[in-house]
Formats: sequence, C-alpha cells, structure tokens
Amino acid sequence: MNYVKKLSLLLVVALVVALFSFSVYAQEYGGTFVFGRGGDSVGLDPIQVTDGESFKVTQQVYDTIVMFKPGTTEVIPGLAKDWKVSEDGKTWTFHLREGVEFHDGNPVNAEAIKWNFERWGYEDHPYHIGGEFTYYAYMFQDFPGVIKEVNAVDEYTVEFVLENPQGPFLNNLAMVSFGIASPAAVKKWGEDYFKHPVGSGPFKFVEWKQGDRVVLEANEDYWDGRPYLDKVIFRSIPDNGARYMELRSGSIDMMDYINPEDVQSVKENEDLDLILRPSFNVGYFAMHQDFEPFDNVLVRKAFAHAINKEALIGAFYAGLAEPAKNPLPPSIWSYNDEIEDYPYDLEKAKELLAEAGYPDGFEFDFYYMPVPRPYFPQPKMIAQAVQYYLSEIGVTANLLSYDWGTYLDKYYDDQFQTYILGWTGDNGDPDNFLYVLLDQTQNNCGYESEELHEILIEAQKSVDKEERIALYKEAQEIIHEDVPWVPIAHSTPPLVKKTMVKNYIPNPTSTEKLHRVWLND
Amino acid sequence: MTSYIIKRLLALVPVIIGVALVVFLIIHLIPGDPAQTMLGERATVEAIEQLRESMGLNEPLYIQFISFFKGLLSGDLGRSVMSNNPVLNEISVRFPATLELSFCAMIFAVGVGIPAGIFAATHQNSFFDNASMLIALIGVSMPIFWLGLMLIWLFAVILGWLPPSSRLSVGVELDYITNILLVDSIIQLNWNAFKNVFSHLILPSVALGTIPLAIIARMTRSSMLEVLKQDYIRTAYSKGLQDRMVVYKHALKNAFIPIITVVGLQFGVLLGGAVLTETIFSWPGLGKYLVDAIYSRDFPVVQGGILFFAIAFVIVNLLVDISYAAIDPRIEYK
Repeated sequence: MNYVKKLSLLLVVALVVALFSFSVYAQEYGGTFVFGRGGDSVGLDPIQVTDGESFKVTQQVYDTIVMFKPGTTEVIPGLAKDWKVSEDGKTWTFHLREGVEFHDGNPVNAEAIKWNFERWGYEDHPYHIGGEFTYYAYMFQDFPGVIKEVNAVDEYTVEFVLENPQGPFLNNLAMVSFGIASPAAVKKWGEDYFKHPVGSGPFKFVEWKQGDRVVLEANEDYWDGRPYLDKVIFRSIPDNGARYMELRSGSIDMMDYINPEDVQSVKENEDLDLILRPSFNVGYFAMHQDFEPFDNVLVRKAFAHAINKEALIGAFYAGLAEPAKNPLPPSIWSYNDEIEDYPYDLEKAKELLAEAGYPDGFEFDFYYMPVPRPYFPQPKMIAQAVQYYLSEIGVTANLLSYDWGTYLDKYYDDQFQTYILGWTGDNGDPDNFLYVLLDQTQNNCGYESEELHEILIEAQKSVDKEERIALYKEAQEIIHEDVPWVPIAHSTPPLVKKTMVKNYIPNPTSTEKLHRVWLND
Repeated sequence: MTSYIIKRLLALVPVIIGVALVVFLIIHLIPGDPAQTMLGERATVEAIEQLRESMGLNEPLYIQFISFFKGLLSGDLGRSVMSNNPVLNEISVRFPATLELSFCAMIFAVGVGIPAGIFAATHQNSFFDNASMLIALIGVSMPIFWLGLMLIWLFAVILGWLPPSSRLSVGVELDYITNILLVDSIIQLNWNAFKNVFSHLILPSVALGTIPLAIIARMTRSSMLEVLKQDYIRTAYSKGLQDRMVVYKHALKNAFIPIITVVGLQFGVLLGGAVLTETIFSWPGLGKYLVDAIYSRDFPVVQGGILFFAIAFVIVNLLVDISYAAIDPRIEYK
C-alpha cells in the first residue's frame, strides 16, 4: 500500500515537472490570438495614418528597412541585413535580404523600396494619392524633403542620398509608418489600397470588418521564421469596462487601456498578467516666458518645487507612471539619469518666490486639455491638483479649457500663460523630443536659449551616436537649469494578457511584431 | 393613398435641403479646426495649411456648401477625412448593424411592453399593475451603460450563457451580404451562424429596448384605461361579450393609435441614438461612428450621417402615418 502511495506521488511529481518544463521551454505553433482594443483602425496603409490602432495592424503586415529591437528603441536590421553611411553623413547604403517576397509573391528588392519612397515623397507621383502622407512630410521635413534621391544600385542594394545629414535618419526608417508596400498592390487598388494592404511582414491580411475586427494569418515564408501563431485577430471593443469583461469571459486573450480601478482585480487574478509598456511619452506643465512673471527663472523653479509628482501619479495614473525629471522618457537612449529632480519642498518654493519678488503670490491663467491622452489620463483632475499645490505657496491659478482643436490652435498661437500638454514619441530618437518640443525655433513656451539651439542642431547633423549621446545629455542639463516646464510624468501604459500568452514583449513605440508570441494551451 | 405617399415622399426634398443646410452650418460654425484636430500635437503651421487646402476648407463657405450639395445630388457624400473611405460605403456597412439592433430592441420592447401595459390596465391598481409601473419607471431612468455592463457581467462573465459583446464570435464563418447578419445567415442557410448572431443580439437588445419598453408599457396602460372607460365598452360588456373579446377586439384597436405613435417615435430615436449601447456592446453601428466623427470634426461623415438619419426618421414617421389608416378605417388619406 505504502509503495503504491509513494509510487503515485513520484509519478505526480514527475508529471508536474514534465509539464512545467514543457511549458517553460517548448514554444508551441498554432492557435488564434485575439487582441481587444479600444477602437478600429482608420486605415491599413501605414503612410496615410497617424493613429495607434492602425499601426498595431500594419506592424504585422509590413516590414521596414530597419526596425526596433524588441522592447527598445535601438535600431536593428529589418529588410536590410546591414548598412553603411558615408563620411559626410549624406549617403546611406542598405544591403537587402535576398529572396524576401511580398504576400502577393512579388520580390522585395531595391526597385520596390525606391518605388515606395518616390510614391510617398513626390507629390507628382501617380500614386501619391489616398491621403496626406503626414508622417513622411513630418519626419523628412516636407516633400521630398531631406531625401534627395533613392537609387536602386543593384537588385539588393538601395542607396539614399540626403540633402544634408540627418541624425535621426535611421530611427525614422524604423518607424512603422514607413512599412514597404507591394507596388503591384498599390497600383491595383489605387485610392482603396488602405483596405487591401500587402506587405512582407509576419502576418498576411485576411479581412477587415469595419468597426468590428481585422483578421490576419501567418505568413508561412516569413524571413525571420514562421510565426508561432496561426491567426491574429484585432477586435474593437470601445468600452474599457466591457473589454475587461470580454477578457475575463475568455473571448479575448489580451487587451490594452484598462480602467485604473480594475488594475487591482487583475493583480489578484492568477489567470491574468499585467505588463507595462516602457514609457515613450512625457506630460508636462509649461510656463510661457512671454508672460510675467514666468520670465523669471526663480518663479519657474519655485513651481518645480511645489508640485508633488509622486502623489499625482498615485492618484491619477493608478501608479502606472513614473515621475518625470527630464523631457525625455527613460526608454530613449541618451536619457540623462544623473540629473537630480527638484524635490517637492514647499518651504524652498516659498523662499524662491519671495526671492523673485512675489512673497504674497500672484494670479495667473492655467489651461488644461479637454481630452485624456496617455501622458495625462485625467487632465482636469490633474490640473485641479496642480492648482491646489500652487495655492499652497500662495499663487492663484485660474483653471480654463477649450475644445481640443481650439486648445491646440491657441497653444500654437502662444496664447496660454501656463498649460499642461505632452508628447508621445515617433521614432525613438532624442531629437524627436528635445528639438521638437524645446528648441527656440519650435517651442510654444517662449523659451529662448541659443546655447541649447546650437547643441540640438549639432546633434541633428551628426551621425556618430556616441557624440550625439554626449550632446543630448548636455542639452538635458541646460533644460533642467532653465526650467521651461515642470515635467510631470512618463506614463507606462498597462496591457493585460492571459497567462497562457507567452513572450509578448511590449515596445515603447506602442506597437510590436507578434511572430514570436505563442500560446500555451 | 398612393398619391398621399408620393406627396409625403416629395415633402422629403425640402426636409433634406433644410437638414443639409443646418448640419452644414452648425458643423462649420462650431469652434475647432478639423485640420488642427486631426493633426493633434503634431500640427505644424505648414501641415495645417496643406490639409485645409486639400480638404477645401479655404474656400468660402457658400462654395463649400454648393460643392457638398452637388455631390449630394449625384449620390456622392464625399470621402471621410480621417480614413479616406467613401462616406456612403461607411454608412452602408454600419447602418444595417444599427438597424438590426434597433429592430430587435423594438421587438423586445413591443413584445413585452404592450402585453404588460394591457394587463396592468385591465387589472388596474392590482399588485401587478403597481409593480410593473414601478419597474417601468426604473426602466425609464436606468442609465444604459450601467445596465449594459451589468448584463454583460451577469450573463457573460458569471453565468457564461451569452457572449459579452460584438455581433459574431471569432471562428464562426459568415459572409456579409446585406450586413444584417440574421438575414445573411438565413440566406446562406447557415444555422450555426444564425444561432450565434441571435445570441449576440439578446443582451444589447434588452439594454437598448428597456427604455422604450417602459415608455410603451406606460403608454399602453394609460391609453387602454382611457378607452376602457368609454360607453361602448360598457355596451360591449352588457351585450355579454367575453372579457378577452372586449379587451382585444374593442378596446385595444381603439387604444392603438397613440401606442403606434410612440412605437414609431421610439424606433426613430433608437435608429439614431444607440450610441451608448453600441459602445458598451462593441456594436459596429452608425451611432458610435458618427459621434466619433463629430469629435474628430470629420465633416463629410457628420454631414452624410446626420442626413441619413434624418431621412430614416422621416420614413419611419411616414410608415407610422400609413399604419394609422390600416388600423383605423375612419382615417383616410387623400
């Protein structure tokens, strides 16, 4: 009897160990992965869209010349297996992988890449239709902008000649917007191409039921190996609460944008995992220096000491954010971690105000956004909290807002004394935060610094990464001293998945390829 | 009758022109530049200018209206600014979804509301009367999103009897032909899909139908009560007719006109107002789509969508008017 017991115990242990090791080590092929998201895609031609729900899908269907290493903004080979740049930084040569095909069977070669760039960049190109090509003009500064010409040197070598060196060029090419489309498919569908996407990515487009779902299937011949999953389905489930219930009822495998009040129940549920996307954004409080007394750096520093970022994050982000001390989020290379934030210190803040000549405080207008963004999930409540913090040091903020379009209009027109706003990165290059938001030719907070401008321009022209890192670190120090803003938070958007979903690595840039994800059924 | 219908349909023309003009003016006069809204934080001055130009927003307002109206006459509602999809295409995909849901919600509302109202009226001041009218009052005041979430939580998450949201389960094959999925599954004799579609319709129909149900029940009750007090009902009873005969043949027919009016109005409201239900139940209908378009200032979609709703509303009203004549022989249209 005893032997039987022992033996059966041993068997059970062996079985558990076997199962456990199997689930840890064996990646399984097959299965359908259903992702629940807050909205439908706008379109599936990545160059024509700017919304994350479109990019989630196009990331699977298309490849880019280079791409981001999973979980980072570091650039690694994509369609190109390697590349080199000329001494003057103006000529980039890419060597393409051989034998890669679009889903329609046409070859991905230098001609195809040249055709895509000409379609995007030349306004007189016959297929420069179907939208505004927003991100091309934005990243390459106009049509055709920085890219002077694209040459197909031979079947698998493509060369870009630039007007002037562009430091972020490689990061730009890795953006999901610049997914390479099959020229034959674009020609076939014309203005309706956005409903019939054909790329060379890990998943092929199957169908799109508008407002409901997009269905993709595995590309058996993907150059980086066949995806583990057979099918991927993106379902639109607009309500956060309903989406969470779909996950709990088992009809979806993963979701984003969860209500903060549901986070705790996810943590307690052993069938679900909460994973955080590395932050790629910054939410800030800006003080416009064209208005008194914000031209006085002491006042700005006083404000930096008066706002309790940790408390804001606890109250309004469900803790899913980190306090910001730099304009750059920590996920972006050259983030300067040596900078020490202005600590929350009301006494110090009051001292600085008195020193600036405002011992009794003052009154000013404070504008907050009417819509939630990832960097400010609850802008009105955050603004009210900031208003309260500032009242603690004796200054009175009048809270005001406009509809979103008008808000941005007035922001660009430099009409706000102080305001909250933020930024989500595009290409993972520090230039995309520091130059775009704070250079004196770009910013909307009346901040002028010739020193900063020179550094940012120098870094823009350099193609030497080490040199650029040093320059951007210096830039962050200058910004820290000048306090044009009080950076508030970098939010880390939460994703919730079933524990059976394995190897999902969220990328800071908001989308990731899913061919390495597998299901442990 | 035919000439009446033709006359009513002709009257649609000024309605359409009026609605088109009002919608056009309102959306162009409210603050918020669509180009600015679309580009968001990335809106540079040049990009906005370029987008405004390509959207035709730099033209004078009357030129914009004329070109919109010209398109309208040729059946072209333009393309969505956001997606570049033809507006008519979007409507033809989404409206059937809204129609299907509204129709099922009305069947639920009418199917439960009218019998409940009749029963309450014939058993005035009974326990059932008081209880059902109290429930109706709660039904009218219930926030749909709350009711919807509770239904999903109970029937999908806890009990697991019904699917939580959307129109069709992942993995169930069905070709979309009319985009009314019950019809599509019947055409294809696909009973598996039919069952699946039907099970998806239950929860949103209940959520959406609850308020109309309450209104219809209350209307039926009061209308029936009024009729039941008439002399001819007493006469009918004194003739020795059975209860059932009096209530259904004599009373209900006469009480029906106000009920039909309410049913028609409610159906019209549902067609255009299912935004919350569509959001909670991930229903890819026109209401939610239109609200999103208003937020993003997608002018062509808003114009086309509202115009479409206006026409649908007018047609529903016409059907109601026609049904008056069918119910009450005293009413005649010339």
